[in-house]
Amino acid sequence: MTTPDDRKYSDEHEWALVDGNVVTVGVTQFATDSLGDVVYVDLPESGTEITQFDKFGEIESVKAVSDLFTPVGGTILEVNTGVTDMPEKVNEDPYTVGWLLKVEVSDAEAQLGKLMDAAAYDSLTAE
Amino acid sequence: MPDNTALTRTPLYSTHVAAGARMVEFGGWDMPVQYSDGILAEVRAVRENAGMFDVSHMARLQFVGPEAVSFLDRMLAADVAGLRQGRARYHVICNAQGGIIDDAIVYRITDDQCLLVANAGNADAVRDFLIPAAQQNGGVFFSDLSEDVAMIAVQGPNAVEIVDRLCPLPASSVRPFRVRRAEVAGIPSRIARTGYTGEDGFEIMPPADRVADLWKALAAEGVAPSGLGARDVLRLEAGLMLHGNDMTVDNNPYEAGLERFTHIETPGYIAGDALSAIRGAGTDRVIVGFRMVGRGIPRHGLSVIKDENEVGIVTSGTHSPTLDANIGMGYVDRGLSDEGTRLEIDVRGRLVEAEVVPLPFYSRLRN
Repeated sequence: MTTPDDRKYSDEHEWALVDGNVVTVGVTQFATDSLGDVVYVDLPESGTEITQFDKFGEIESVKAVSDLFTPVGGTILEVNTGVTDMPEKVNEDPYTVGWLLKVEVSDAEAQLGKLMDAAAYDSLTAE
Repeated sequence: MPDNTALTRTPLYSTHVAAGARMVEFGGWDMPVQYSDGILAEVRAVRENAGMFDVSHMARLQFVGPEAVSFLDRMLAADVAGLRQGRARYHVICNAQGGIIDDAIVYRITDDQCLLVANAGNADAVRDFLIPAAQQNGGVFFSDLSEDVAMIAVQGPNAVEIVDRLCPLPASSVRPFRVRRAEVAGIPSRIARTGYTGEDGFEIMPPADRVADLWKALAAEGVAPSGLGARDVLRLEAGLMLHGNDMTVDNNPYEAGLERFTHIETPGYIAGDALSAIRGAGTDRVIVGFRMVGRGIPRHGLSVIKDENEVGIVTSGTHSPTLDANIGMGYVDRGLSDEGTRLEIDVRGRLVEAEVVPLPFYSRLRN
């Protein structure tokens, strides 16, 4: 699967897709391939303030628990209850139905500037 | 990638790698944790059809001689003398203090020949416990078959029918907890109607140099290669203990819920006095099964809480795909072990409600 080039990536294997001042956040295919079958996702509630690169939740596969670190900071507008109810959606497609958060971001451009583009992320994960 | 070159490999190592298995360290061995379809698909295959596991990493220890049975009965809580030829028994191996060294299956092959299959992670501890004592005894001849003989577990509701297609005996004539010699896919093997998944099936022991052919023959019959990840989910759903997780040498068989598998009456049994005293005194803690009421997965090492006090510890936990529930086992104060007792699990700082339920979590329909 190719890494979508319409968004930015963190070295913690999350992606950020900007649309005006709203940024959608999720995990990458590399992350889901490493995790295996996702069986539990713990996300904060809408309205929660989160800070760029801080832990915001947990994702669990059958075998392991991993922390989720947000690639952008701001106010959570919406949480994907589809994945908290059916965690396998993250494996199905982490870039579409498996999104995790929509975050209202005041300085999207500055924050996105600290992230990688698809090509840089691919070279990171190819190592 | 971690450097796994120092790890021991089973004779199926290259078969696993060629099949796209993800390999991990387990008890000093380089083992498949899952194949390309993933753990949940493998669990489903075992519950609905048939899956197979490479269990060659387990130790296969043979004791032969006129005193083999009496020797094992001094060392194991298995009542081997009471086991007829061709039968197998699950039991605990305890040290002289009554601590659990391992849980194992002993097979009475003939009157004077026994095979003990021990966990990979405890193989050295079991060898250290048994071999020096066996060597002191002129009537017992020990041989370690672990390298020369391999082992595949074939498990699932269709496992018996599938193995029958490869075994003219037929395999189905071997009843639960029996063992005998048979050819499977033309390969001379020992087959035992035992397993660790809660399903019917066999553990097949072919020569190590033929095990890859057996694996391929089973795969050709539609048996799904399955890894340690699925095996752990399956055994936990079936309420089966994992030594190293659910009990260690610091636990006795009574608190671990293994009294049924602890025969201490044989005169001269090494742990008889210690276990008798422990049983007589009673244990303060006991292992229970619990099901999560709130959202969260219990994991090994998490604390069990009741009314803000720590009352126990989680020893195993997982998401159960078969039950679509989050389940676990752990030790709690005996007063909190009744079915229906509400507890909380401290999931990394978040208290999540759980309820004590009877073990096993899952039982297959028996016909």
